[in-house]
Parts: sequence; structure tokens; C-alpha cells
Amino acid sequence: MIQRFANPNRFMRLSAAVVPWMAGATMILGAAGLYLGLFQAPADYQQGESVRIMYVHVPAAWMALFCYTSMAAASATALIWKHPLADLAARSTAPIGICFTFLALITGSLWGKPMWGTWWVWDARLTSVLVLFFLYLGYMALVNAFDDPARGAKAAAVLALVGFVNVPIIKFSVDWWNSLHQPASVLKLGGPSIHPSMLAPLLLMALAFTTYYFWVLLVRLRAEIISGKIRAIRLRQVHG
Amino acid sequence: MKRKHKRLTFIVLGMGLLAAAAALMLSAFEDNIVFFYSPTEVLDKKLGADRRVRIGGLVEDGSVEKAGIEVKFRVTDLANVIPVTYTGLLPDLFREGQGVIAEGRFVDGVFRADEVLAKHDETYMPPEVAEALKKSGRWQEMEKALKRSGQMTKGEAR
Repeated sequence: MIQRFANPNRFMRLSAAVVPWMAGATMILGAAGLYLGLFQAPADYQQGESVRIMYVHVPAAWMALFCYTSMAAASATALIWKHPLADLAARSTAPIGICFTFLALITGSLWGKPMWGTWWVWDARLTSVLVLFFLYLGYMALVNAFDDPARGAKAAAVLALVGFVNVPIIKFSVDWWNSLHQPASVLKLGGPSIHPSMLAPLLLMALAFTTYYFWVLLVRLRAEIISGKIRAIRLRQVHG
Repeated sequence: MKRKHKRLTFIVLGMGLLAAAAALMLSAFEDNIVFFYSPTEVLDKKLGADRRVRIGGLVEDGSVEKAGIEVKFRVTDLANVIPVTYTGLLPDLFREGQGVIAEGRFVDGVFRADEVLAKHDETYMPPEVAEALKKSGRWQEMEKALKRSGQMTKGEAR
């Protein structure tokens, strides 16, 4: 089943058809989510209007973890099954994931100052997300550090797998240790402890961020494949 | 065994060992990872006056006394209580019955804080819903459940 997508020409055809749908879904879901979150949703009984930062912060943090998990899964697929698209998928995911991580860190800091009374503390959740940011950074540096792209991809894939140990630590950091960051509100036993009028825009934004990821991922993958083809053509011209 | 099966086994084994190593390290460094101690943990561990620590719990109802920018309150985990003094500005979310984290040291049995942070819980709702819950008397029920779960320190569960 996976092998069917190994053919780059078939992938180019399929992705060309999917990209506009992903772009459209991102626009519509994002516009609806932002409108509901920023204008329709009520202020929180304790946080007041600052609660609206959550509609960007929480989906960004989820996507930071989702992207890393995808990157690790793609890296494992590349190492084990040598799937030709898996390396490219992992390499293309990293810059998107680091942007989501950065967004989560910045919005969290902006929320923390008025609510907690501090921009930053070294508690388990905040620190482990900062480690995630550096893992992305290390991956991106390593994948481009070799003259031979195949060697870079292999080394970076190992780093992605080793770093995956951080993902469950981030998720459960607020349950395992005393932390300043509050525990999960949505993905927890006993159902969400967030009012439906706030949950709806949050989930819309999460969907919008997800379709955005797939949209940008496909565009980046297509660019990688095309530049690979150009390289091959150039080499053929040079060597006659 | 085919080569790709070998690689698969190798990676699964490697990830398993890595997870075990991480778990061992995290449990060994637990004392450095926890962000604050609950009043019960402070008493159990006999944290002395020589050390800067963070304590956390709920601001006890009716315990806040303000005189200018000097504040006195008590931090409770519903089992033990620690009196705290603090001079400075308090965060917006600081209020009785809410989670709080104070950093400082013990001076004559009183915790002298030089930084106070408010701890937010995981409940999000509009003010009208909070009002309605309070009126119908289901608020206490919810607060109790909260105090038992996330709001309270993990030390309680053990």
C-alpha cells in the first residue's frame, strides 16, 4: 500500500489534486475558527479576554507534537523500508514543526505574563517544549550538514527517533510532576473541562492548523521532488 | 531474517532501551524536576531555612490580609498549611481558593516569599456559566473535584 506512493510521478499527480483542497480547507476553517474564537466565544470567568490566546496556543502546541511524531514516523519508515518519499517527508516536516513550536512558546509566554505573573519558568512542561524546539533545530542542522544528502538524511533520522522520547514527556509532564503549567483540558480522562462554546472554536482552529500542515507539507514535498529532477537533468548534461 | 526485518527489530529494541533509560533518569532526578513542593511534602522532607524553595497549593479561604503592598496568606493542600508573607505586586489570578506558587525561604516558621505566581486550573467557562453553577450549588461539587485532581499538587495522590 505504501509502496504505491513510491512512484514520484503518481505522487505528483495525486498531490497536485489535493493541494488546492487543503488550501481551501485551511482558509475556511481558519477564518471560521478565528471569527468564533476572537469575536463570538465568551470571555473566561477567571482569565477574561486573555483566554483567546488559547485558540492559537493550544493548536500550535498540539501541532508541534504532531509534526514531531510525523517526522519520527517518516524517519523510521525511511530507515527500515527505505521508502524514497519518507526522507523527503521528514525533511519537509521539520521547518513546519519548528514554526508551530515557536508559536506555542511565544503565545504561551504572552499568556503567562498576565495570568501567572511571569514570562517564563523552568517547569517540566515549558522546559520539555524548549527541548523540542532545539531538537527540531538540531535535526535541521544535521540533515544539511553532509555533502551527500543520503548520509545527512540517515544521521538526522536517527536523531529524530532518539528525540521522540521527549514527546510523551511533554504530554505527561503536567501529570507526572508538580508544574506551573495547568494539566490537559481537552485530551484527558473524564472528558474536556472546557465549555462547549470555547471548545468549538478551539477544535476548528486545530483542524485548520492540521490542514495547513498537510498543505505546506505537500507543497514542500513537490518542490523537493522537482528540484531532485532538476539536479538529475543537470548532472546528465554535465556528464554528457 | 530479511534485512528490513533486522532493521525493524533493531529500531524497536533501540527505542525500547532509550525509553527505559529516559524513565530511569527522570525518576532519579525527580526532585529537580518538580517545580514546587506541597505543604505536606515540605513537612515530610523537612526543607530547612537554608534553601530557596518553591511551595504550592491553594490560597486558604479567608487567610489573605493586605496592608499596602505587604500581603499575608496561608497556602494549603487541604492537609497541611504554611503561612506566607510577601511584599510586592500579585498576579491577576491571585485570589482565595485559587492555586498559587511562592518562591522564597523559611524564616522562623513563616515562608517569606520574594516571588508569587498564580497557578491556573484546567477549567475554562464563560462567567455566566460559573454564576449559574454557583447559584445551583453545583459549584462546590466541581471545586472539590478540581481540588482532588489537577489543581492540587501531585504529592496528594501518593
